Amino acid sequence: MKKINVFLLITFFATALLSAQNGYDVGASATDFKLENIDGTFVSLSDFKDAKGFIVVFTCNTCPYAVAYETRIEALNKKYASKGYPVIAIMPNNIEIKPGDSLSAMRQRAKERGFTFPYLIDHEQSIFPQYGATKTPHVYVLEKTNDLNIVRYIGAIDDNYKDAEQVNTKYVEEAINALLAQKQVSISKTRAIGCSIKI
Amino acid sequence: MKFLRATILILLICSCVPKQDQLEIYDFQGIERFLFLSDSKTYVINFWATWCAPCIKELPYFEQLQQEFKDQVEVILISLDFPSQFETKLKPFLEEKQLKSKVIVLDDVDMNSWIPKIDKKWDGAIPVTLIYNEYKRQFYPQSFTYEQLLTEVKKFIN
Repeated sequence: MKKINVFLLITFFATALLSAQNGYDVGASATDFKLENIDGTFVSLSDFKDAKGFIVVFTCNTCPYAVAYETRIEALNKKYASKGYPVIAIMPNNIEIKPGDSLSAMRQRAKERGFTFPYLIDHEQSIFPQYGATKTPHVYVLEKTNDLNIVRYIGAIDDNYKDAEQVNTKYVEEAINALLAQKQVSISKTRAIGCSIKI
Repeated sequence: MKFLRATILILLICSCVPKQDQLEIYDFQGIERFLFLSDSKTYVINFWATWCAPCIKELPYFEQLQQEFKDQVEVILISLDFPSQFETKLKPFLEEKQLKSKVIVLDDVDMNSWIPKIDKKWDGAIPVTLIYNEYKRQFYPQSFTYEQLLTEVKKFIN
């Protein structure tokens, strides 16, 4: 019996360690947060009482892939916020390494590009590791169920960073459309090149 | 006559200078063969881009490795620069650095299809490095110091 307990304990810690290292997989419950927005307020997922879910995007000013997707991130918010899936953008980089990602630079960029979504800063760099984000841009689509936010999609926005016109599959849109139709998300994980998050 | 001789001399000199003005650009299918070469060498494949600061920081270590283990190791630097920056960023960078290692460019937008073929663990952040020879291969989703790189490469060549 003791042996089993020890075994269970080891398994438990190993799993905890593993998930701490790798972040969320599809189906995991995502943590809420309270992060500073570019307007000085603090934003949490729980503030969005009417949301059905969220498009959480780890992104920044300085990564060319993030820049390539700026317009498309804004378009996602325009299209889906009213349907219950607002974009929540989180800037995860260490701003000592990337001064171009400071809160004031973020504010400037949001103004220039007309972002209508919250653009938050992970000051303590404590949220992105829990999600398991490793790069920008890195998207997590969450579905709100009772009190939990369940991860339904992880990965890229679509399959052509170069040209929005040439995209074959809009991964994030397909995931949300499926969720809105109460269907299974068919492509729930994708990979794309991005800039490593600066720690 | 003198002029002709000078011209020939200049032409000769020019033809000996390594050319960086032509990029070797491939889609994933074209890149794949560089990931499975099977001869006596150990291949060190580094994925990088001019816009990736940690990549640029570790490039000299790969250069140093290539110089020190010329006979046993071949370093291949695979650039993931944007095609729109080939002329403005990548070419000037290569021109300035005069890298000794082989540089090729991967231009293939369907990343979700080819990233897992390089390694299942790779989620797309760079830099990453693949070291392989005919006996084994190992994928490194990390940055390197020269010492770390040396330690890993020695596991392959000894």
